[in-house]
Amino acid sequence: MTPTTRLCVNGETVDVAASEDTPLLTVLRDELGLVGSRFGCGQGLCGACFVLLDGVAVPSCQTPVSQASASSGVVTVEGLPEGGTPHPVQAALLEGQAAQCGFCISGIVVRAAALLSTNPAPSADEVAEALEHNLCRCGVQRRIIDAVVSAGSAR
Amino acid sequence: MTATPEVSAPQHVVANPALGTWMSVADGSVVVQVGKVELGQGILTALAQIAADALELPVTAVRMRAAHTADGPDEGLTAGSLSVLQAGPALRHVGAVVRALTGGPGGDLSSYVARIAGLDPATDLRAVTPAAPARASAVGRSEARLDLPDKVLGRPRYLADLRPEGLRHGRVLRPAVPGATLADLAHVDLPGVKVVRDGSFVGVVGPRESDVDTALARLAAAATWSDGSSLPDEDDLSAWLRSGPHEEIAVLDEGGPVTPTHHASYSKPFLAHASIAPSCAMARWTTGQTGDRLHVWSHSQGIHALRDAITSALGLGEGVVTVEHVENAGCYGHNAADDAAFDAVLLARATPGSPVLTRWSRSDELTWGPLSPPMTATLGADLVGGRIRGWSHDVWSLGHTSRPGYAGAPGLLAAGHRADPSPVPPPTDPPLAAGGGTTRNSVPIYAVGPRRVTGHRRTMTPLRTSAMRALGAYLNVFAIESFMDELALSAGADPVAFRLAHLDDPRAAHVVRRAADLGGWGRPLPDDTGRGIGFARYKDKGAWCAVVAEVAVDHEVRVRRLTVVADLGLVVNPDGARNQLEGGATQATSWTTTERVRFDRRRITSDDWETYPILGFAAAPLVSVELVDSAAPSVGAGEAAQGPTAAAIANAVHHALGVRVRDLPLNADAVVRAIESTE
Repeated sequence: MTPTTRLCVNGETVDVAASEDTPLLTVLRDELGLVGSRFGCGQGLCGACFVLLDGVAVPSCQTPVSQASASSGVVTVEGLPEGGTPHPVQAALLEGQAAQCGFCISGIVVRAAALLSTNPAPSADEVAEALEHNLCRCGVQRRIIDAVVSAGSAR
Repeated sequence: MTATPEVSAPQHVVANPALGTWMSVADGSVVVQVGKVELGQGILTALAQIAADALELPVTAVRMRAAHTADGPDEGLTAGSLSVLQAGPALRHVGAVVRALTGGPGGDLSSYVARIAGLDPATDLRAVTPAAPARASAVGRSEARLDLPDKVLGRPRYLADLRPEGLRHGRVLRPAVPGATLADLAHVDLPGVKVVRDGSFVGVVGPRESDVDTALARLAAAATWSDGSSLPDEDDLSAWLRSGPHEEIAVLDEGGPVTPTHHASYSKPFLAHASIAPSCAMARWTTGQTGDRLHVWSHSQGIHALRDAITSALGLGEGVVTVEHVENAGCYGHNAADDAAFDAVLLARATPGSPVLTRWSRSDELTWGPLSPPMTATLGADLVGGRIRGWSHDVWSLGHTSRPGYAGAPGLLAAGHRADPSPVPPPTDPPLAAGGGTTRNSVPIYAVGPRRVTGHRRTMTPLRTSAMRALGAYLNVFAIESFMDELALSAGADPVAFRLAHLDDPRAAHVVRRAADLGGWGRPLPDDTGRGIGFARYKDKGAWCAVVAEVAVDHEVRVRRLTVVADLGLVVNPDGARNQLEGGATQATSWTTTERVRFDRRRITSDDWETYPILGFAAAPLVSVELVDSAAPSVGAGEAAQGPTAAAIANAVHHALGVRVRDLPLNADAVVRAIESTE
């Protein structure tokens, strides 16, 4: 029998059938259908699977579901829009067409949202530093930095 | 009887002449299907703009459907910066035929769409006189990318997001080292999964991802592998490339100098595609009264070639295999997409009826995917009175393609591991007419007197190589444009003036001049900072692109700013083209300053993001792009900046420090070595 774990995801309490060491990413994607968090490396090194845990961006591939269960809640990229309105970071990324393949973008949205919650108007250097653990292979770094800066000052 | 075709139709329409292959109507939208695939480059948006204009419809009335072997056009590979060139004329023809047959968009939108829906899908596009070309409306505008909302909002979009009923997850255990075969696989009890073995191919399938991951780790521990191949010395790749055996590629011989007064050698290491997503695929094998059917979902660049390779590898009949394209992370050439598809097929065959989603590990992606080949080139020239009079270029490389079907073999990794193997043949090169591989961009664009250009492709390699963005043009342009700077210095000339003095092509001269102006050529710079230029016309017939780099060198090499000027002819989507050039230049900065596949004599050791680092956010240069305003025929943007960027960076480092780095990557260690060698 697979044990059941209770956790709060995007404001909703859910019970999932997963052993406590199952990566949160697997639970999000396979059990809850929240595929917005992407699998890039499984080693916590690329940032594509970042989610907010107690408001802090963490790689969900390296977060056991038990840790998520003990937290006050998980927010994924799907949980960032409010009332159907995209998060300001998402709106700014679309406005600036700041993506190519987009595979890294979910994790970047999550990390940038965490940044704006503590630093509402970051400089380009502060954004670049915050995204140190996010990788982009298409070479869109500068557009993304510009978009996050504009999301900040737009508030 | 259909009338004999009288109409001169574009090549891709001749190859795919039925209207229904390109266009249909569903839910009130015109559904356009192309054979080109979305790799993150925005091609479906650009082609939607072309299709919308051709039909005289708004872009919002057009829906793009992903490529599909069963009912979409076969447009070959999505590669070589050719998609707008090839699919654009086809869509313009299709749209013009539709307007001719329906009378065009008179009346309201829905009645026009209804008239399109009423057309016979079997209509031969070659046999209808098309209407006059439509006026550009969407083309030339920076339409927002159609695919980005899904991606930015975290919606299901990628192949690994597919969740069909009855989904199974698959994983494959790759050999411990290249060339190894499976000597023994001890029995392990693995609940909840099925083990599939065929010779040295070992995979697992199960309903739960965590179970297949656990099973894979236990199988790895239970496997004993043979020794495998011996790998070359990673610090002496140039000598290894030059040692052969070779296939000689005679590009050009006008009696270029045999013992030139000036010469220099340049090199690049193996590079990895390093896509942010590992390769994956889904396959479903069904058996029924009408025989076997195999459906494959893949992010391949060439779904038709993949279909044929799978068919051939398994000895299947024609019509059994269908491949449809689903997006994955950015694709910069022949990565492991096709291999992952065949992995999924082998696992699906063992679990009939279930769709099997197979995903590679990060480590396998970096070590088992095809690599960009190492290269080295020796250039020579004579200078007479400050002008180049005679030029030689010899380039050594491994082959730049091992795509499925290229050498007459399936060319799929797992096919070489099966009990009845179909080995992956050594990599070769695309034909010269298609731009070549080893010798791509090896002929200088400059007026240099008699030239001799020869490629030497090493035919034996224990590490598989294939096409990565710009192929050999990356090293050849880096070499030519570095050498031009060295020659300018010898001639006592300014590098920009020296180039212009040797350029007859006005479009070339224009981008060089503009990049120099916009890049602040000749203006003062802080200490330890230099400015350099690089230029090329991609494949000698594509985009003209000049890059000016501003690089600071202290304890590391920091590319601060890149100024890119490109002449792409008529630009379908200016912001999309700029994004491609920005991305190309930034990625080339990463290749040039940061990347190198590492290995010992047995295995690749750069198998994660710490051992194969790529350029991060803080190190990414500021990039500004100017597109030349032009109504000339469109050429692609995706690969134009790769070589010019590398050369611009190396030339800027020389400008800053007075030392020349000729062997990539151009990192702090390389600068120190270059300083030491001049002392």
